[in-house]
Amino acid sequence: MKLVRFWGTRGSLPVALTAAALRGRLIAAVRGARGLALASERAVEDYVDGLDFALAGTFGGHTSCVQIETGDADYVLCDLGSGVRPFGEAAIARHGPRTPQTYHIFMSHVHWDHIMGLPFFAPAYIPGNRVRIYGGHVDLEAALRRQMDPPSFPVDFDTMRADIEFVHLPPGIRHEVAGMTVTTLRQRHAGDSYGYRFERGGRTVVYTTDSEHKLTEAAETRSFVDFFRDADLVVFDAMYSLAEATTVKADWGHSSNVVGVELCQLAGVAHLCLFHHEPAADDAQIAAVLADTRRLEEITRSGRPMRISSAYDGMEIAL
Amino acid sequence: MEVARRRFADVVVVAPVGRLDHGSADELERVLRPLVEPSGDAPAGLVLDFGRVDYVSSVGLRVLMIAAKEMRRRGARIAVVGLQPVVAEIFAISRFHSVLDVFDALPTALKAISAAAAAAYGSPAVSTST
Ligand SMILES: [Zn+2]
Ligand SMILES: [Zn+2]
Repeated sequence: MKLVRFWGTRGSLPVALTAAALRGRLIAAVRGARGLALASERAVEDYVDGLDFALAGTFGGHTSCVQIETGDADYVLCDLGSGVRPFGEAAIARHGPRTPQTYHIFMSHVHWDHIMGLPFFAPAYIPGNRVRIYGGHVDLEAALRRQMDPPSFPVDFDTMRADIEFVHLPPGIRHEVAGMTVTTLRQRHAGDSYGYRFERGGRTVVYTTDSEHKLTEAAETRSFVDFFRDADLVVFDAMYSLAEATTVKADWGHSSNVVGVELCQLAGVAHLCLFHHEPAADDAQIAAVLADTRRLEEITRSGRPMRISSAYDGMEIAL
Repeated sequence: MEVARRRFADVVVVAPVGRLDHGSADELERVLRPLVEPSGDAPAGLVLDFGRVDYVSSVGLRVLMIAAKEMRRRGARIAVVGLQPVVAEIFAISRFHSVLDVFDALPTALKAISAAAAAAYGSPAVSTST
């Protein structure tokens, strides 16, 4: 495995930067440039690149969709959130519409934010493409068909002319897909969700979203630590603060940055990536959570340092 | 985990020592349970003196949250005092500082919770070990 690329990183609902927020940022950026010598193009770009990510960048607003570049021609994705629309466009732009491709898609579960992109996934409408959709839910196909039924959507599922097949992956068994060894783990979430551990060529990526961790059950904690063991990268549901996840949002099915750090430290993970951002959080808040999480890792570290990042639409992590 | 207890009038002060994590959280929960549950001599206030706690994990924080819920349910107060710098940072990062009352020192917490306890703290003869 070579690379992980994020096409959608937001939890629950897509969001977008507003005009008012953008205006505020432009004003701050222009104010910060006062008195600087910005005559050359290079100087302007350096100035912009030197700004805080929460000012000059954005975590983005598409819902869950993560691509894994395995090194093979076949595409591998996790979840069909709204981020799969730009992914599909990029794939078509790269190969042209008439060169058949194979897409392997691993579904955490079938809540709207993880399936809403499929009706807008252009490669699924093109005959010759192969789409394989994997998951642990027995009603996976029914859920994906139903969201395109009238009166909710004008285009029927069967209008998609690619060769689409659903593959049930029972948990606890090692599956061989797209040259990877894939293991799944059932997670605590309304209607269940599944985490995925992908291994290939000595590299391991874990995708674990929409997963609440009850801290009381040692056996449950142990099963996640084993699942994350020595991973190069863990993409982790860090939607809430620990205080929220243990009080008002207990049993809402999501986890926190603090629990992410603890589990990944216990498992000897090299890189923890915070994912499934709260839609009500703005870029500054998500950036603050990232800074907090890095600090937590630093003050609780016992072995080698662990990298911490916070996923944004367009982010790439080399493996 | 070593957990010292003292009583000042209607407030009990519990002082755990060491790391509060998966290895010790159960024990603290056992110590706190009879104090937080409603009963004839249940204290009106509970103070967790964290002066000698040098690490707290999510499991430990959860024990505090459960105790706080029980205390509030019966109209009693709970506070945490004396956080070491690292533990104070963990409280802030987990946002627990906004759901629990945190004071820098025991007298301040006692004063905020109970005048009788604050007075008892001022005259050591009145305080008793429990
Ligand atoms: Zn979700
Ligand atoms: Zn969900």
